[in-house]
Amino acid sequence: MSTALMAGKRGLIMGLANDKSIAWGIAQACADAGAELAFSYQGEALLKRVQPLAEQLGSNIVLPCDVNDEASIDALFAELEAKWGKLDFVVHAIGFSDKNELRGRYVDTTRGNFTMTMDISVYSFTAVMQRAEKLMTEGGSAVTLTYYGAEQVMPHYNVMGVAKAALEASVMYLAEDLGKKNIRVNAISAGPIKTLAASGIGDFRYIMKWNEYNSPLRRNVTIEDVGKSALYLLSDLGSGVTGENLHVDAGYHVVGMKAVDAPDISKG
Amino acid sequence: MSDVAERVKKIVVEHLGVDEDKVVEGASFIDDLGADSLDTVELVMAFEEEFGIEIPDDAAEKIQSFGDAVNFISANQ
Repeated sequence: MSTALMAGKRGLIMGLANDKSIAWGIAQACADAGAELAFSYQGEALLKRVQPLAEQLGSNIVLPCDVNDEASIDALFAELEAKWGKLDFVVHAIGFSDKNELRGRYVDTTRGNFTMTMDISVYSFTAVMQRAEKLMTEGGSAVTLTYYGAEQVMPHYNVMGVAKAALEASVMYLAEDLGKKNIRVNAISAGPIKTLAASGIGDFRYIMKWNEYNSPLRRNVTIEDVGKSALYLLSDLGSGVTGENLHVDAGYHVVGMKAVDAPDISKG
Repeated sequence: MSDVAERVKKIVVEHLGVDEDKVVEGASFIDDLGADSLDTVELVMAFEEEFGIEIPDDAAEKIQSFGDAVNFISANQ
């Protein structure tokens, strides 16, 4: 891959957990293309995971950020401004919900978990873009991660599907507000990938198998697939694209029913 | 030690960065080997990958020690 594509570009990666994370696939693709990276983490348990991965990509900027706390987001961006002065791109790979409500019925969602899920998984992106706007003085690009469960009903995805629908809507509004400053805002709707976060979703293996058998490419996507598409949106290759929801899902979103050659799979 | 136990031990040692002699039958990942809750999920994912098996959520929650992991994998391979 051309090293010039992201040369001189500086970006913040939020929500990296480990080397299975989609954020890791994106970070690797950006670093390979010459980008300079900073990482944010929440809590000590994640610091010890993020630190060695950041080092692997030549980054020594690993900063704490609790997206629930306005002061913490302010502090993160103040630190980035002190270190870099400007920012070119942001990757938002953050979402959270009580795993006990990512199984069973959506209708049983509690008010407390609904509010928390929306706050962390949706509002955090808007809060981050408020700060990023000020540092993206030469334009910029932001990518957040979503899932097809925002558009169609997926078993067990429940309140997270509702939150992702709101996140996708916020991408459109952010794209409009920030477009005048040449800041592009897009989402990637990735097919199911076995990450730490996905381990909280009930029956995830069944969802993965179904996608593998029924997607046009007849496979699941990898974090490398998502990384390459994110590179397109984050780099000048995507210069005319904003407000988009790019499906990196082996084509699953165009499928209307079970593939003729797909085996019947029972649960589990 | 069985082949399964050796392979499980290797994963635990590498993932948690602990001495091999600490990884004994009854060693609890969290209480004895310093794992946090994310480590326990990551270990289960690593076992699935190493042995090509599927460990359902309810079974994964019961794998608390080195012995638990070896027993589950031996019985389900």
